[in-house]
Amino acid sequence: MLQSAALSSRSVGIEIEGLVKRFGSVKAVDGVSLAVEPGEFLALLGPSGSGKTTILMAIAGFEYPDEGRIRVGGEDLTWVPPNRRNLGMVFQKYTLFPHMSVLENIAFPLKMRGLGRAEREERARAALATVRLDGYGERKPSQLSGGQQQRVAIARAIVYKPRVLLMDEPLSALDKNLREEMQIETKHLQREIGITVVFVTHDQTEALTMADRVAVLDQGRLQQIGSPHDLYETPRTAFVAGFIGETNFCKGRAQGAGVAGQRIGVTLDGGDVVEATAVEAVAQGAPVRIAIRPERLSLGDPATGLAACVEEAIYAGNATTLLLALPSGQSIRLRVPAGAALASPAVGERVGLSWRVEDARAFGDAA
Amino acid sequence: MSGRPSRWLLGGRHYSEAASLALAAPFLILAFVTFILPLGSLLHESLFLPQPTLAHYERALTEPVYLRVMLRTLRIAASVTLLTLLLAWPLAWLMARSSGLRLAILVASVLLPLWTSVLVRTYAWMVLLQKNGVVNQLLIGAGITGEPLRLLYTEGAVVLAMSHVLLPFMVLPIFSALRGIPEDYNRAAQMLGASEWATFREVIFPLSLPGVTSGCLMVFLLALGFFVTPALIGGPQQMMIATLVSQQVREMLDWSFAGALVGVLLAFVLLIAVAFKRAVRLDRFVGSA
Repeated sequence: MLQSAALSSRSVGIEIEGLVKRFGSVKAVDGVSLAVEPGEFLALLGPSGSGKTTILMAIAGFEYPDEGRIRVGGEDLTWVPPNRRNLGMVFQKYTLFPHMSVLENIAFPLKMRGLGRAEREERARAALATVRLDGYGERKPSQLSGGQQQRVAIARAIVYKPRVLLMDEPLSALDKNLREEMQIETKHLQREIGITVVFVTHDQTEALTMADRVAVLDQGRLQQIGSPHDLYETPRTAFVAGFIGETNFCKGRAQGAGVAGQRIGVTLDGGDVVEATAVEAVAQGAPVRIAIRPERLSLGDPATGLAACVEEAIYAGNATTLLLALPSGQSIRLRVPAGAALASPAVGERVGLSWRVEDARAFGDAA
Repeated sequence: MSGRPSRWLLGGRHYSEAASLALAAPFLILAFVTFILPLGSLLHESLFLPQPTLAHYERALTEPVYLRVMLRTLRIAASVTLLTLLLAWPLAWLMARSSGLRLAILVASVLLPLWTSVLVRTYAWMVLLQKNGVVNQLLIGAGITGEPLRLLYTEGAVVLAMSHVLLPFMVLPIFSALRGIPEDYNRAAQMLGASEWATFREVIFPLSLPGVTSGCLMVFLLALGFFVTPALIGGPQQMMIATLVSQQVREMLDWSFAGALVGVLLAFVLLIAVAFKRAVRLDRFVGSA
């Protein structure tokens, strides 16, 4: 704890205002504004091409935006070159310098800041201890495993007490078990030294596991920013509902007009009428898409609820997933947790589906 | 033998010793007949004809005339190595940072001279540097000098022309070393607070050293035994060791002494190759590919 205390810094926030970045005619980032609180762990989550990496590169200083500003700790950094920003960054691939020892790598940013040899070595050793790699200082990076290399990269990125730490999919090259271990370890380290972290990932599990808040991006636009719980329980766009976790989408038309949060009746494409909660204002007869999580669907008698036919049951130990066919022909998934009192219905059996109205979220459907 | 597929030549990742030998045989035979055999007979002649003696070697290493030739050879080879290094590094850097058409043009401008006869390139330098050559005409025309300067048959001219001929051997290994440095190293260094100059000094240049070492080794060793260019551009005044060997064989018909000179050159080349190989290995150990 002594070492991590030596590394802890006064954490600062980041403000991004109206960021736009074009590559040719493509808008990689299209008017994104968001604020990262001091000491917060924020994940930028999205599929490839969503603009998450471009936002990180703009914070780092490797991409200058076409519009908008970036402030760190209240200071406008939009046009400051990367080497004068005093930010830390861990890259996707291991970027330890192969001709330097582990300790020389960690001491490198201190050398660039003009510190004396003795102090450099002392602080580098302390940082190495923080990532639990004491005694590895004299080795070459190539003599370490992938996980160890990435821990050295983290030590190197925090040894000079940067204002914030940027991480560009730093765990994507590791295998699954090590990745999960490193997720928790990185999160602990972040809490210990209290540094503000912006973490880019395309892996939603990683984002939900590590982040205080997650910013979901798609096609250069910010879809939603919120806690993992908010994103899962109350997604504000159909994209977020589909991207975070598993979701069934059913198409239909609103029976009547409704404002956001209101219960509305929806005529499904198969003709059945169901109830859902409107996420945004919908006009009467407007096309909507209802999103329902597989584990929020309940099985019942075919006479009550939405009729469906069991097509397949997939047993996965902790839960059984049923593939059901609606009268419209659409297939939807239902999850029965293991140990639930009710027996799974047999394939071919007819069942009735029901749900709590707040679990069925109706999004306006432009398509 | 029951149905095991034959992997004598194709299909296996590793060839048997017999297969390897068969694949290398044409080259080995050629090398033996045209290189090892004549070289061995020449060295044999320098040591044992007419009777076992070290007199030829003593003469080569003690007579001031021949020592001067050897020292000049070393000096010219070292100068050529240094000059090509200074010219090649920035060019290799530019190439490593280029792509598409620009890279194609740069690579072509490095390789095309390599595919042109050394003789042609050397004559081109003679045309440029002779008394009434292009360079002297330009200098006189510009009023820098009143009468033509003596450019040809000087050590500087030899160094310049040889550097031109040997430049590709320096550019290509450095280019390949620089090409292998991921752009992320550059970004990481900047992120850690390094200026562009510090990034070059602390990261990029050290990582280019394996290429620099093999380029220097190649150019230096080629320069030591260079014949055509020094013979034509340097003339008898700037004689290098290869020209001296040729003179001994063709004009003096002193095969034994020529053999001794070749022996000295060969020993020196081997010494340097071994020393540099150590350095290269050490470098691999310090860094990593």
